[in-house]
Amino acid sequence: MELILSLAIGVLVGSGVWLILRPRTFQLIVGLCLLAYGVNLFIFAMGRLYIGAAPIMPKGGFVDPTTYADPLPQALVLTAIVISFATTALFLVVMIAARGATGTDHVDGKERDQ
Amino acid sequence: MTPETYVPSHLLIAPLLIPIVAGALMLFYDDKLRKIKLGIGLAAIVALFFVSLELISRVKGDALGGGETIVATYLLGDWPVPIGIVLVVDRLSAMMVMLTTLIAAPALIYAAAGWQGKGQHFHTLFQLLLAGVIGAFLTGDLFNLFVFFEVMLAASYGLMLHGSGPERIKQGLHYIAINLAASLLFLIGAALAYGTTGTLNMADMSRVVPLLDPAQRMMFHAAAAFLGLAFLTKAAIWPLCFWLPSTYAAASPPAAASFAIMTKVGLYVLLRLATLLFGHDAGISAGFGGPVLILGGMATIAYGMFGVLGAQGVAIKGGYIALISSGTVLSAVGISLIGGGTEILSGALFYLIGSTVAISAYFLLAEPVGRGWEGKGEDDTQGPDPVAERWAPMMGTVEDETAPASDRTAPWSALGFSFALIAAILAGLPPFPGFIGKVAMLSGAFHDNTSASGAIPTILWVYAALLILSGFAVLVSLVRLGIRRFWASGKPPERMLALEIVPVFLILAMLVLQTVKAGPLLNYTHATALDLAAPAVYRNAVLSAPVVADSGGSH
Repeated sequence: MELILSLAIGVLVGSGVWLILRPRTFQLIVGLCLLAYGVNLFIFAMGRLYIGAAPIMPKGGFVDPTTYADPLPQALVLTAIVISFATTALFLVVMIAARGATGTDHVDGKERDQ
Repeated sequence: MTPETYVPSHLLIAPLLIPIVAGALMLFYDDKLRKIKLGIGLAAIVALFFVSLELISRVKGDALGGGETIVATYLLGDWPVPIGIVLVVDRLSAMMVMLTTLIAAPALIYAAAGWQGKGQHFHTLFQLLLAGVIGAFLTGDLFNLFVFFEVMLAASYGLMLHGSGPERIKQGLHYIAINLAASLLFLIGAALAYGTTGTLNMADMSRVVPLLDPAQRMMFHAAAAFLGLAFLTKAAIWPLCFWLPSTYAAASPPAAASFAIMTKVGLYVLLRLATLLFGHDAGISAGFGGPVLILGGMATIAYGMFGVLGAQGVAIKGGYIALISSGTVLSAVGISLIGGGTEILSGALFYLIGSTVAISAYFLLAEPVGRGWEGKGEDDTQGPDPVAERWAPMMGTVEDETAPASDRTAPWSALGFSFALIAAILAGLPPFPGFIGKVAMLSGAFHDNTSASGAIPTILWVYAALLILSGFAVLVSLVRLGIRRFWASGKPPERMLALEIVPVFLILAMLVLQTVKAGPLLNYTHATALDLAAPAVYRNAVLSAPVVADSGGSH
């Protein structure tokens, strides 16, 4: 599981970094999304890897905390997802505005001289 | 920690609630009722000012400089510390909250000169920006810091684009992309720090750091480096600063003026985390990152210095001056972190107050100074905006109304006078705060670091030279600009409103007050620097924050 998860994070972040270095706004926003997915998985991994462990403890009585997953990274991921969704949506609006204002999807607002 | 030094009070959450409530309240009014929104906004800032005054007087103890250190905490939801969310006010955060309100008031008054009407929801975004900035100053844990950072950034994206126009949209695109990438680095850093220390509370983390085993420590240093990258992007250290000058120059003047505090949020967080996590009692980790801050800060000063000499536009020079200010404080923090003493930090905090306010004033002045001069006026004033025209049918009801709140005009000489004064303050000429701050920094640095044989580390000489040279560069650049604009051109702007110059006078009055009250203020910053050098006080206060339900609700 460790290998698969780390590969997944690596591939997502690697592709994301490559894409945000591209000069087109569409590639940029896809790159940022991939990076955000990679980062969210990474936050999960920081709570250590579990299989089949619930994050929420049942009411009443003593429970053994070692049989439960760490709930904090899940709360963090939830917040991070909400925030990155909102900011990505906002970025999309600005991107469309930039396309409308400059007539090109180049991040500098003009095509490089041929 | 005796019970008397603990100040439980709902006042601690007021600086956060006031702007959020004010911002939400404005949404009930139609966007055409801008005077009501302006009134609510100003009332909120006045309320914030008095709250921050009260907070400062509580945390600083009885007399300026003489009182005992008090760290006030506020447990949200009354959960005990390592579990719940905590707000913390100490000398540094109280001072930064005050600085935020001091910058917000002039920017908001300036916006009444027409800028508030150049787009939608200016006032709400402005209040939310304040809420984000103040939240970042008050929060005691790393993840809420991220949340408040995002609140601040989201509001700043809106403000950055306020007024529209192709240049703003293009710069806004770059600005948002860079900040989104930096936020992702922040998340990686926060997650790694949690993974290694098992806590997100900054005080608790600082307790854990000396106890880490070597493998974990390495990971924790990586976490700190990631976090540092995110904050240094915000504080605009070289080479992460290329976005700043053109972004701030493209933003509308009131937005750029309020952005002056945002680089300082990055600085504040670095200062807070560096002293808490890597202070002298952090074991092997002590001083981690100090050399990076020193060298990066000095490179930033040098870059800003050449930038301010080379840049042509009026507003873009302000961006480079902001870099110089940022670099000066960053280097001082670094020197203090690796054991350079508290005096330099005290001077740097004093310098930070003065330079932030002065840079904010410069951005307010930049637009009237450039107006109607060599065709370098604002893009918005030159005929209809093609983008807005193309979109008008789609947007339907959107109406811009740029009529100022008051038509009273101001004389041209007032502009020249205030430009000359602001230039002198930014360059650090005596007797203004920039000069006092630099002298305090340099004398403190040399005083604390002179060895028994009288030798002074070379790096301090380089730093001193850079401080003086950068002031000189700012002076040369602004004087040249002033001569060309006010004497050689002799062409006044078409119309200058009183509303555009009154905020600048307000800031000048603050700076004169800072000069007159330099003694008590330096005492305050000195006490702040001493607090920062003794992170145990902050740590113990936060970790022993009493739960109200247990103490019988005694407040």
